[in-house]
Amino acid sequence: MRIVVTNSGEPIYRQIERQVARAVLAGEVRDGDPLPSIRQLARDLRVSVITTTRAYTELERQGFITTVPGKGCFAKTPSPVQVRDQFHGEVEARLREAVAAAWPAAMPAEELIAMLERILKEDDHG
Amino acid sequence: MADALSVMGLGKRYPGFALSDVTFRLPEGYIMGFVGRNGAGKTTTIKCVLDMLDRDTGRVELFGREVGRDEVAVKQDIGVVFDQPFYPGTWTVAQVGEALRPFYTAWDAALFHRFLDRFALPRDKRVRELSRGMGMKLMLATALSHHARLLILDEPTSGLDPVARDDLLDVLADYITGGETSVLFSTHITADLDRIADYITLIDAGRVVFTGEKDDLADTYRVVHGGPDQLTDATRHCSIGLRRTDVGFSALVRSAEAAALPAGTTQEAPTIDDVLIHLAHEGEGR
Repeated sequence: MRIVVTNSGEPIYRQIERQVARAVLAGEVRDGDPLPSIRQLARDLRVSVITTTRAYTELERQGFITTVPGKGCFAKTPSPVQVRDQFHGEVEARLREAVAAAWPAAMPAEELIAMLERILKEDDHG
Repeated sequence: MADALSVMGLGKRYPGFALSDVTFRLPEGYIMGFVGRNGAGKTTTIKCVLDMLDRDTGRVELFGREVGRDEVAVKQDIGVVFDQPFYPGTWTVAQVGEALRPFYTAWDAALFHRFLDRFALPRDKRVRELSRGMGMKLMLATALSHHARLLILDEPTSGLDPVARDDLLDVLADYITGGETSVLFSTHITADLDRIADYITLIDAGRVVFTGEKDDLADTYRVVHGGPDQLTDATRHCSIGLRRTDVGFSALVRSAEAAALPAGTTQEAPTIDDVLIHLAHEGEGR
């Protein structure tokens, strides 16, 4: 599994979380495959232990990994519901960003919805 | 989670400088960056922790034992790195290891020599002939060769080139991998800490202005930039360390208050430096 941390502005724990989740979803790591320990990963990426702990806690909550006390962390193939939830969660987060961006512009809800519909239509044609 | 180090209400008064109510805790297995500009009180705090200075008030505990009681036993568990080697200049690198051996019950000569190899420190070189980076590495080698559970470094990277600083970070990352060892790292070069530190304690003018998880520091504040017309009374009111020019302003704002700022201002997560600089400017009443 490949994990790359950059200074992109995205929090580092999110970068790790995203890349591990993607590796699991893509089947790059299989059900039961061992993952690097929280401390080993922190050491390898040269990030803080709290950062990798946060990423793994989040991944465990979402059902992408399991932690067996004394043994380590393992990949867990997510159920189709989890996969759907994962994508829905991402879409919702971006939509929230868009709504937040519209707020200072005092854009009415109807205009926002119309904009979304227009984008969806463009996408259909493209 | 047990604390490797806990400092409670530490106070120390000098003419013209006072350390007041310094309180923070470092849980076992983590790295804490101890940040502040020169003269903020970092070294005084560290010397009080190591009992090299008498404190006026407060309490210091290492591994749950109060400093000043279990003296010798506690010091066996600590490795210390200062910004200059404190060994006589005429000693060779190998002699430093020999001289320290009797002081530590857990001294590990084989480990010391492994570190000398890793750091490429010539055994026959005299302490006074060592470059700044090499001197730091020699202190690091001695600090790590008696199986210390807590490493305390006071400005180890000041005056070091980027490669030597990177080597140090590598050693620290290795050191805490096991989870039972901890690091307190004082510095004013915060680039060293931006990624690797788990906890940050910010000190300015003898007072702790922030202590906690590094991520919480970044979540607590926002750096706000804007044009002159956005510098309203409301903005001014919540600004910390406001800097203004003819074309705009920048300030640190508590995240909770950042939502109420005028439209058009840009907000971003602060670096440790941003927080340090703005809090220091605020403290100076600018």
